[in-house]
Amino acid sequence: MVELTLPKNSQITPGKVWPKPQSAKKLTEFRVYRWNPDDGRNPRVDTYYVDREDCGPMVLDGLIWIKNKVDATLTFRRSCREGVCGSCAMNIGGTNTLACTKGMDEVLVKGVVNVYPLPHMPVVKDLVPDLTRFYAQHASIEPWLQTDTAAPEKEWRQSKGDREKLDGLYECILCACCSTSCPSYWWNGDRYLGPAALLQATRWLKDSRDERTGARLDYLEDPFRLYRCHTIMNCAQACPKSLNPAKAIAEVKKMMVERQI
Amino acid sequence: MADGSSRAERPLSPHLQIYRPLFTMMMSIVHRVTGVGLYFGMVLFVWWLLAAASNTPTAFNTFSGIAGSFIGLVVLLGFTWALLHHALGGLRHFMWDFIRGFEPRERELLAKATLAGSIGLTLVLWVIGIALKG
Repeated sequence: MVELTLPKNSQITPGKVWPKPQSAKKLTEFRVYRWNPDDGRNPRVDTYYVDREDCGPMVLDGLIWIKNKVDATLTFRRSCREGVCGSCAMNIGGTNTLACTKGMDEVLVKGVVNVYPLPHMPVVKDLVPDLTRFYAQHASIEPWLQTDTAAPEKEWRQSKGDREKLDGLYECILCACCSTSCPSYWWNGDRYLGPAALLQATRWLKDSRDERTGARLDYLEDPFRLYRCHTIMNCAQACPKSLNPAKAIAEVKKMMVERQI
Repeated sequence: MADGSSRAERPLSPHLQIYRPLFTMMMSIVHRVTGVGLYFGMVLFVWWLLAAASNTPTAFNTFSGIAGSFIGLVVLLGFTWALLHHALGGLRHFMWDFIRGFEPRERELLAKATLAGSIGLTLVLWVIGIALKG
């Protein structure tokens, strides 16, 4: 359902302004969404000042610096710090992206780095969203090779050309930047699969070795699962791997039409 | 550590409140809004047809009087624009159905062309209309 405003328990209140580090020459202001499940209060936005001469250039460097030097309670996910794992996906400077591959100076809005969790998701704590449903949707498209033919003695063969059809699809790191940037997913995330799951569905539909194309299309043929995509394109803008879920979804819609004729 | 039962219900993270407006997203919203607007426009259109089809001139004169007033003209101008914008948006969707126009530059250009095209065509149509009226 379309709900333009936030529920009462989610409305953001003013937070704490943390002291500036002593004797720092170059500071960058961070405003970070905070929510603590244990204190019974509404979410707030805290202000921190990052000493740029003591810190790496990326937004994730800034967050780690804050956690180490200012406020150890700040909670966020991170792992690889090089755009491969997808853990540090969050809303930075108004768009969804990975904190580790985004430079602080790229995202300044009036000199401030604004950091929120991925939009329209239940918050576990601070910048950590609950991705349970997102993963369940990915599982629902059965992201593995399915065949009826008896397995070959060695591997399933694929021509170079057929393998190339998976380019732009297989690179997804499931960071959820795209799905949580999509207004359709915001309003109908319980029934619409969202760009990430649909991109993966396309990856298996296009795989020359897979033999369940029909059944996969049957599952997607639904007013909500697939057709809630209105080609808004936020997904393609947000993807930190420069993939194009909107285009992949259009290809699935085309496959739906083509199998009718 | 708190146990699960004593914890507060999870808040919903902000969405529209914080998302930077993207031009393609805005044009998608405008496509929706003009689509809804056209339902009201169609009511006007049907009114015009019914008035033109009635036996007496009174019904048509009433329609012309209201449509020709300042507010009526503003509504008609808005209807013209909404119709053209939605039609061009429809063409854009038609193109997408053939997997064209998805690259970053293309989608920006298409969104801009839809807006510029709808405003331009509305002006052209009205200039012609006013010229024909004399």
